Amino acid sequence: MKFLSSRRRHRAVRPLLLVAALFLTGALYTVAVPDERSSADAGTSTQVEEGRALFAVNCSSCHGLNGEGSSEGPSLVGVGAASVDFQVETGRMPLAAPVEQAPQKENIYSREEIDAMAAYVASLGPGPEIPTEAQYDPEGLTAEQIAEGGELFRTNCSACHNFAGSGGALPNGKYAPALEGVTPKHIWEALRTGPQQMPVFSEEVITDENVRMMIAYLQSLEEEPTGGLTLGGLGPVSEGLWAWIVGIGGLCLFAVWIASKGARK
Amino acid sequence: MAKPAALSEERTVPPTEPERVPGPVLKRLAGPTAWADERTGAAGLGKYFLRKVFPDHWSFLLGEIALYSFIILLLTGVFLTLWYKPSMAEIEYEGSYQLLRGVAVSEAFASTLDISFDIRGGLLMRQVHHWSAMLFVAAMFAHMLRVFFTGAFRKPREINWVIGVALLSLGLIEGFAGYSLPDDLLSGTGLRFVDGLIRSIPVIGTWAEFFVFNGEFPGDLIISRLYMAHILLIPGILLGLIAAHMALLVYHKHTQYPGPGRTDKNVVGYPLYPIYMAKAGGFFFIVFGVTVLMGATMQINPLWTYGPYNPSQVTAGSQPDWYMGWVEGAIRIMPGWEWHIGGTTWSWNIFLPGVGLLTLLFVLLGVYPWVEAWLTGDKREHHVLERPRANATRTAFGVAGIVCFSLFMIGGGNDIIAVMFNLSLNTISVVLRWAVFIGPVLAFIITKRICIALQRTDQERLLHGSESGVIQRSPVGGYSEDHRPISQGEAYTLTHHNEYPSLPEEGVSKRQLQARRWFYGDNMSKPTRAELEAAAHHGHDGHDGDGHDGDGNGHEVAGRESRELTSSRD
Amino acid sequence: MSHTGGSDISVRDTRTSAGTTRSDDERFPVDNPGVEHEPPRWTDADPDAGRSAYTFVVGCFALVPVLAIAFVVIYFAVPENVFIDVGSNHYMAQHLLLGLTLGLAILLVGVGAVQWARLLMDDTERTEERHTAASSAETRTAAIDIVYQGLQETNLGRRKLIGRSLLGALGILVAPAAVLLADLGPWPTARVRAETIERTIWGEGVRLVNDVTYEPILAADMEIGQLVNAEPENLQEFHGHHLQVERAKAAIIVVRMDPNSITIPESRSSWHVNGILSYSKICTHVGCPISLWEQQTHHLLCPCHQSTFDLGNSGVVVFGPAARSLPQLPISTDAEGYLIATSDFPVPVGPSYFERDSRNDYEDGDA
Repeated sequence: MKFLSSRRRHRAVRPLLLVAALFLTGALYTVAVPDERSSADAGTSTQVEEGRALFAVNCSSCHGLNGEGSSEGPSLVGVGAASVDFQVETGRMPLAAPVEQAPQKENIYSREEIDAMAAYVASLGPGPEIPTEAQYDPEGLTAEQIAEGGELFRTNCSACHNFAGSGGALPNGKYAPALEGVTPKHIWEALRTGPQQMPVFSEEVITDENVRMMIAYLQSLEEEPTGGLTLGGLGPVSEGLWAWIVGIGGLCLFAVWIASKGARK
Repeated sequence: MAKPAALSEERTVPPTEPERVPGPVLKRLAGPTAWADERTGAAGLGKYFLRKVFPDHWSFLLGEIALYSFIILLLTGVFLTLWYKPSMAEIEYEGSYQLLRGVAVSEAFASTLDISFDIRGGLLMRQVHHWSAMLFVAAMFAHMLRVFFTGAFRKPREINWVIGVALLSLGLIEGFAGYSLPDDLLSGTGLRFVDGLIRSIPVIGTWAEFFVFNGEFPGDLIISRLYMAHILLIPGILLGLIAAHMALLVYHKHTQYPGPGRTDKNVVGYPLYPIYMAKAGGFFFIVFGVTVLMGATMQINPLWTYGPYNPSQVTAGSQPDWYMGWVEGAIRIMPGWEWHIGGTTWSWNIFLPGVGLLTLLFVLLGVYPWVEAWLTGDKREHHVLERPRANATRTAFGVAGIVCFSLFMIGGGNDIIAVMFNLSLNTISVVLRWAVFIGPVLAFIITKRICIALQRTDQERLLHGSESGVIQRSPVGGYSEDHRPISQGEAYTLTHHNEYPSLPEEGVSKRQLQARRWFYGDNMSKPTRAELEAAAHHGHDGHDGDGHDGDGNGHEVAGRESRELTSSRD
Repeated sequence: MSHTGGSDISVRDTRTSAGTTRSDDERFPVDNPGVEHEPPRWTDADPDAGRSAYTFVVGCFALVPVLAIAFVVIYFAVPENVFIDVGSNHYMAQHLLLGLTLGLAILLVGVGAVQWARLLMDDTERTEERHTAASSAETRTAAIDIVYQGLQETNLGRRKLIGRSLLGALGILVAPAAVLLADLGPWPTARVRAETIERTIWGEGVRLVNDVTYEPILAADMEIGQLVNAEPENLQEFHGHHLQVERAKAAIIVVRMDPNSITIPESRSSWHVNGILSYSKICTHVGCPISLWEQQTHHLLCPCHQSTFDLGNSGVVVFGPAARSLPQLPISTDAEGYLIATSDFPVPVGPSYFERDSRNDYEDGDA
């Protein structure tokens, strides 16, 4: 116990305790209601109840006890299950600290817990559901469709997320995150729900097929061959930097060598 | 600076010229030489040029990087023209890059993709061309800084400096024209920016825009017009100016750093033939080789990921190539000042940071040699370079300029910097609005003080020698460090810099006098012969460390004979 | 510093009253020791070092043909669709190998030549006398005399009109040269401007359609926080550069905001459909297309120069170098519920130009 007592005033203790409490809560619920757990179908009443309990512990301090929102966080009425799935599974929610923009981090919830919370939030008001694989899976598209996906991507996405999906800056310290490694499901959900500052791209305007085309384009882009090191995929800024460092820097080293006198006796 | 190595006591005798016994090579050359000479008089030229002496220093090779990059650009550029089509006609792309097949693109864009994916070695040549362009401008900047900080632009080289400034400004335009040719999303956005820039010119802006773009942006001719400028007009002018630049260089003979044996009346170095031919020729291949290796391993301008130009699309991180980044930065951090007078609009928010700043930089650079000549009243010829510290105000000017330029560059990449370092875009811009004015002033003051501190260090070495590292303890317990006199070569090097004409002179106005005081009044004066002798004599006597701290006439003798290091200090 | 201040200059001058005519003795207090002569190089002194330098140089040159042949072989033997994977990068094998062999081959020529010069050529430093840049006074006088004499021979002194008329004749030749360029582009007279940069293809009843797919937009489909990159339906009628010209002016963004969270001035109360507003996508600064919209703050950021517009407040500028608010497109719905424009933009879109009458643009606080 000496190990613990000596560290009880450590900075990390509070967040750790919080995390432990969250785990404990989750575990308690797993024990309490084991039967319906296996059914992944959204919206069963028990699942909503579990979700409500999880919500009360994890989310209500900012979003209000009934998801009505507060000065700390927006209302979740009508954001839909997809929104919860995206925010929680990418680790953006719950927030560790009040910041300008929720950062991506490790997700600490199980699939079942997320489903429960999603079902609860979905019960507050209609919104985008968690998509089925057919809605976002880019398999089976033709080359032409993928190329058109590129046009859609450059029209709708690259202004914020950059031509190669490397991300970009928004006002006042906010940013559009890089898209590399983001799963197709999360891309779909982000488009439909408009997390944080991102606008909504609804199904009626950008169809599921359009989304699949854009996802396919992004994936193909990552697999495309390159003409060498990509230097961050940031465009001319990094290219200029490397021209000075490698080009002028390297050639100056050669110049010093050329002008140096050979080894002397 | 030539390193002032210790001179050996006995001077070795310079090797005598080898006897001229025509060997088999010379005999075989005699025929062709006679043939050519009888028709061109080449032997006379050869006699004059072949043994021309060039001084050896790495910083003299910066300009060569630019020259060689230009040659590489010509070679790779000719290759690219064999396939490139300067046309804005719309076609459907059907080349081998899968992700753009079926997309409507311009012929210019499609042919650039063809060069990249369907011509073997085409991508390599494209990337070498682009890297080489970046290096061309970068090397010109670096070369210009070397010339500036060493005072190589002084009489008689002012014209060559102005030619250099012209080369630099044309290099920027040439680079921008080339950057625009592929007609991709990034370069199209760049052209859109230029369109806005041209439009912002008061009174004639709209006319200039319509004349450049053949009507409304983007029109159908801008690519072919830029192509003409990029491969014919500007390279032609560049070539002519480079020839003039080199001719004047040959005529003036190269400058040299101060060092033993170097004076304003000679040039010490290696002959063009054979050493410099091998070194400079070799350096051409090194520059070429390094650029090709960069083109092989580092991707540049991946226009297939940018996509074709579409005026309703844009990408985060839209930036010009680095050499226009400072203009981009100035435009980003400029507040939105615009006049609306009657039915007219005066876009100072674009015109001032865009057209204004570009003009300002090149005008300032162009007139600087005359400004400095007026400030110093110096009308002599200079062939021995100044060490940057020896001209504190000029060096401070230069550093202030670099700081200002860099701050604008940071502005040009503020979005990338904001993301990389988790900063607020808006804060960076607001801070930079002030920093571009305050930063250079601070840099000026700090640099000037550092230069003068370095002058003092030199002074101390001259008068008191170098620190030996041997600490001695005196009988009363004080500690001091022995100093050893420096070599004559080093002393000569340290005292070779220019002392500006003393004041007052006849025909110098009061204003000019004030300007001169400001420009070099703070510089340390060189010690006189008598002072050097006295110091040398004094040094042998011992370390009593008395009144050398300034003799009241500007001849500050910094510090004392030996730095007292006793614990009781302070 | 106290001893080196400007006020001391006059004192210092008493020492060298001779001014610029100071002798070299005074200018250079240390005697020129002459060019130092370096001890011989290892490669000169030690036969082994000399031999290894020799081997190195020849080795460099000898590798060049090997690499050059490799280049030729790779050119023909390596297909374009073979890739080398390093980490997450897929290098095009042909490109990479061609570049490496060619680059190394060229580099080695240079390295060999430099090493030859550095280590094996006679590296005695030489001193060459300089001439001043100026010609001698006699030459200069002679040259001026020649010019003067020539001038006499032309009889320009007596027949002054020849010179003046020649200058005039040459000067006026600029006019044909300049006038030849007058057709570089159409002249932006008021009439031409009204047909080009001052109008777009928007007009009453033109449907708003999705960019790329040209699907019309149902007002009912727009959610709060939604952004649509849109174009006029009739853009499809254009091709080639006409398409680009029109697209460069007509592109819009359509957003929907909660009407209670935004300010809609009286004059624009009929320009929106339940909080669905449409703005020009072309920045009023230098014309980049902007769609970087923050749905919570309603701010629209231009990625080129970071001008920021508040779409919840008629598009006024809230940050950055832009000076004018973003033009708003008045919209409504047609019988089927699709979004349509009710007119063209009320003011010219895009960057400022001199003849632009900017008094009608919306300013913060206008009714």
